[in-house]
Amino acid sequence: MRNPPTLLSLAIDSAVINFCRISDLSFVPEHILLELFVRTLKAGKLNEKILKLFIATGKEEILSVIESLNIQHILVPVLPTLIIKDDEVDIVIGALQSDLTSFMEAWRPMFSRFHLIIVKDPDLKEELKVPGGFNLNLYTKSDMDKVVDSSSSTISFSGYSCRYFGYLMSRKKYIISIDDDCIPAKDSKGELIDAVAQHITNLTTPATPFFFNTLYDPFSEGTDFVRGYPFSLRSGVECGLSCGLWLNLADYDAPTQALKPSARNSRYVDAVLTVPARTMLPLSGINIAFNNELVGPTLLPAFRLAKEGKFRWETVEDIWTGMCAKVVCDHLRLGVKSGLPYVWRQERGNAVESLKKEWEGVQLMEEVVPFFQSVRLSEAAVTAEDCIAEIAASVKEQLGRSNPMFARAAENMVEWIKLWKQVRSL
Amino acid sequence: MAGERATPLLKDELDIVIPTIRNLDFLEMWRPFFQPYHLIIVQDGDPSKTIKVPEGFDYELYNRNDINRILGPKASCISFKDSACRCFGYMVSKKKYIYTIDDDCFVAKDPSGKDINALEQHIKNLLSPSTPHFFNTLYDPYREGTDFVRGYPFSLRGGEPTAVSHGLWLNIPDYDAPTQLVKPRERNTRYVDLVMTIPKGTLFPMCGMNLAFNRDLIGPAMYFGLMGDGQPIGRYDDMWAGWCTKVICDHLNLGIKTGLPYIWHSKASNPFVNLKKEYKGIYWQEEIIPFFKSVTLPKECITVQDCYLELSKQVKAKLSSIDPYFTKLADAMVTWIEAWDELNPSGDASTKLANGAAK
Repeated sequence: MRNPPTLLSLAIDSAVINFCRISDLSFVPEHILLELFVRTLKAGKLNEKILKLFIATGKEEILSVIESLNIQHILVPVLPTLIIKDDEVDIVIGALQSDLTSFMEAWRPMFSRFHLIIVKDPDLKEELKVPGGFNLNLYTKSDMDKVVDSSSSTISFSGYSCRYFGYLMSRKKYIISIDDDCIPAKDSKGELIDAVAQHITNLTTPATPFFFNTLYDPFSEGTDFVRGYPFSLRSGVECGLSCGLWLNLADYDAPTQALKPSARNSRYVDAVLTVPARTMLPLSGINIAFNNELVGPTLLPAFRLAKEGKFRWETVEDIWTGMCAKVVCDHLRLGVKSGLPYVWRQERGNAVESLKKEWEGVQLMEEVVPFFQSVRLSEAAVTAEDCIAEIAASVKEQLGRSNPMFARAAENMVEWIKLWKQVRSL
Repeated sequence: MAGERATPLLKDELDIVIPTIRNLDFLEMWRPFFQPYHLIIVQDGDPSKTIKVPEGFDYELYNRNDINRILGPKASCISFKDSACRCFGYMVSKKKYIYTIDDDCFVAKDPSGKDINALEQHIKNLLSPSTPHFFNTLYDPYREGTDFVRGYPFSLRGGEPTAVSHGLWLNIPDYDAPTQLVKPRERNTRYVDLVMTIPKGTLFPMCGMNLAFNRDLIGPAMYFGLMGDGQPIGRYDDMWAGWCTKVICDHLNLGIKTGLPYIWHSKASNPFVNLKKEYKGIYWQEEIIPFFKSVTLPKECITVQDCYLELSKQVKAKLSSIDPYFTKLADAMVTWIEAWDELNPSGDASTKLANGAAK
């Protein structure tokens, strides 16, 4: 029978996970330092900053290990294609609750390397509470008012849509966005999942939308393309979007969750897969990442329900945006991945209460889906902006007639593209 | 789990089809799961050899002589010296469901260490609907512990009937020869706990090692082509059946699921032998795939046989320019349907399926 881990061992494991809080290792005895170094390496967490900390201790054994392993200052990660610089990533958080302390602390190990954009829901009255130690920019209603004239514009950043202002302001290549009621989940081995790292991996490895691989993502460790997969399609295409999933409170709609109030998602499915071209899906905004350079303008606030609320059960704005994004990706021959990473979605709200409010979104999906399944863009649409403009025109013509909500969505899309270009030309 | 109904055994409605040239020792490990079922063993290779079947199994066995006797001149459509001959088993079966498995596939264990009852999972997959029209991000919504996600249209939540259940393999993965040569030691150790429907309009590589299907819904499409002795390619039998089946399922609004269950694949075939067999297929598939992607079947084709015969015409018309093999194959596809209809007279309500009619 295995011996339980020692207190020292547990302490070292804890240090590896919380390295972001450690600024000095000089007090650590050498033999513990060595063990810490080995475990950091094993966990794949050695980066420039941590390497410097070890070197700064000046301890001979550590330095000779570093030399014998030939660890160089510029570390090439295991990712097969690009080297991701931390400054290529923005993490955008829409703040629908005022106290972000526990959220930010939970994510600190994963977020602390990166720049954050926090956008406060313009309807939130209380002051935002954000813990220190992060490199972040905060945007509030007054910033939004400077960029968007709310008297003439129909675009609203209220509620979950506040994050789109963050997308508008970001200049980074990759954007990751997670709802503020989600914390890191644990995988089937009980280890905390670095959702940020997984999204980055998804976005920087090729996608395979033109033929289905039965072993899922062939670019993952320990797997490949199966027999019968055409060789000409094996280099894949760039990934535009990465959609993660949720443990605990899954992203069900209000009727489903109200019918099964105790249903919780406890199944960890260890897979990432590319959603095939021309296949539509409900792209949840709860845990999402995208290549801003390729598809940035596509992630837009357009479709608002009349009584849209502050719970995901009371919105479909991300579902609309997600379908636009899928159409754009399909047209531009980009991939959309779904699966890992998982986040843990905390209990919030009451599905039955949300159900009592108007849930017109559920009815509207019935019209929306056939439209998106059949919309086709012209050869002339070669950028995301072009694609959005064409989709908006089709929406106005085909859906706008039956319901003014769609006509408004189309207007919002057109306006968003103008805004996008305007903000970038400054 | 509370409220979960037991999966029906279907022991009088399901046949297990096994092609073999060696022996059937592997059945010992499967005994707890397979014993209730009737087996159809299709003996490939030398018919004078006797295949020993372990005691206690109810089976019928067919060798090449039997195939020739039963089909007469139509036996030309059944491959010789290739596991593709298994489709003869589909044709002679009188059951509603088929499960086919290779003789080097054993019982796998799930992450908790428990033996996986692959047949039970296939039955679950086949008895619950598929969702080919819209992708559910939580995968098969009919499994316990999951459901349709927000944004999934309610009108599509009834799903479509499931025609095929495609299982996967732990240990030796189903790689082609070039991949095997480059990664001889790679083993599939990742247990992915999902079942999903392959979306409409998307093709996939169907592997025949661990496969179940509803014979009534799609049986005639499961022709495994002309492979092996006297043929220019091998190891594309299941691929060919898979592409034809997917196109027809898409046309008839039937679903194909993939994912669980896993079996343990124990034997890695010789990559050099495989390369010789696959060589032409690797080049030909570059043209075959675009063909299948662009195939359209006319509205008038409402039975599987209609669809299949129409496909055979298009294969002859469009793929013959690649190699005369495809003319032979197209003819064999017609022979197959003729043989199928002869052995399965249309008195059976089974193979007639009007588009959208009751199942």
